[in-house]
Amino acid sequence: MANVLVNAPKTAKKGDVVEIKALIMHPMETGFRAGPNGRLIPRNIIEEFVATWNGREIFRMKLSPAIAANPFVSFRAVATESGTIAFGWKGDEGFTAEHKVAITVT
Amino acid sequence: MTGLRRPVLALAAVFVASLAVAQGGARRSGYQDMGPAVQKMQDDDTANPAMLFVQLGAAAWSEKAGAAGKSCADCHGEVAASMKGVAARYPAVPPGADRPVDLGGRINLCRTTQQQAPAFAAENDTLLGLTGLVALQSRGQPIAPPDDPRLAALRSAGAELYKSRQGQLNLSCANCHDDNAGQKLAGATIPQGHPTGYPIYRLEWQALGSLKRRLRNCVVGMRAEPWRSDGVEYLALEAYLMERARGMAMDAPGVRP
Repeated sequence: MANVLVNAPKTAKKGDVVEIKALIMHPMETGFRAGPNGRLIPRNIIEEFVATWNGREIFRMKLSPAIAANPFVSFRAVATESGTIAFGWKGDEGFTAEHKVAITVT
Repeated sequence: MTGLRRPVLALAAVFVASLAVAQGGARRSGYQDMGPAVQKMQDDDTANPAMLFVQLGAAAWSEKAGAAGKSCADCHGEVAASMKGVAARYPAVPPGADRPVDLGGRINLCRTTQQQAPAFAAENDTLLGLTGLVALQSRGQPIAPPDDPRLAALRSAGAELYKSRQGQLNLSCANCHDDNAGQKLAGATIPQGHPTGYPIYRLEWQALGSLKRRLRNCVVGMRAEPWRSDGVEYLALEAYLMERARGMAMDAPGVRP
């Protein structure tokens, strides 16, 4: 189970710009570091983060090995309709994580 | 203002500040000495990466473990009620124990005696998470080390270590954190070294870490040989530092650069 912290407003007025923040626990191992045995630790990063609002994509980000562990992403979106904001993370070693929050737009 | 006056004034301010530290007044937590961006990160519980570990700790709090098949919650109930102010008291001698332990050590005691489970390794994520969860319940509370005579020897040993020069650089903790607190070491402000925010999420570590880990970092930084990981020296310093910070508000789990 992925360990996720998401901060999005529960309510918004139609047309408002809302700030959405998503934090996830992940080592973001670069693939350039050597372990105690001197061998390179294989790369293990999140490659992609996508957020959708009622299924429509509102934010997409490609992540690179230079990004620190436990990546924190903050972005803004225009509140259009009530529904679900869904977040998805995908990465090396078959890593996937999902999280959903409900928002009411009036 | 003339060009000369400004540095003189600044020097005077530094002098006054260091005097205040020496006299035990004007104590500043590490939180006050860091930049506004990191402060903001700590203040927002959904941006503070330490809270990810706290979530791990919260899951472990109610998870049954060990041969006894008990969870923390089975004995202690709601963490918010039972653990309020606890982190502000440690290191301490727990009931039934014969020697002082720090908060992580206390959790491991519970784990081995009550839950009959193997102790967590040092700096284990779940142990740090549980420590962070417990420390969170003391947020805003004053640091209140117990008036326990069994801690006196430990504290004075810690005070002695704090003042002793060591390592190739021949520095003591006091050389930086008393004499030069508030000044710069390379780009970083030297804090007064009050343990208000532990366990801390240190951006340099990209992880949550204990006060012991932070102390080890400083010892290595002085180019001294670090003590054994279970050495009583760390505990002595922790006990002394908590006494030194008596009355300061806890801000755990902190974020530090």
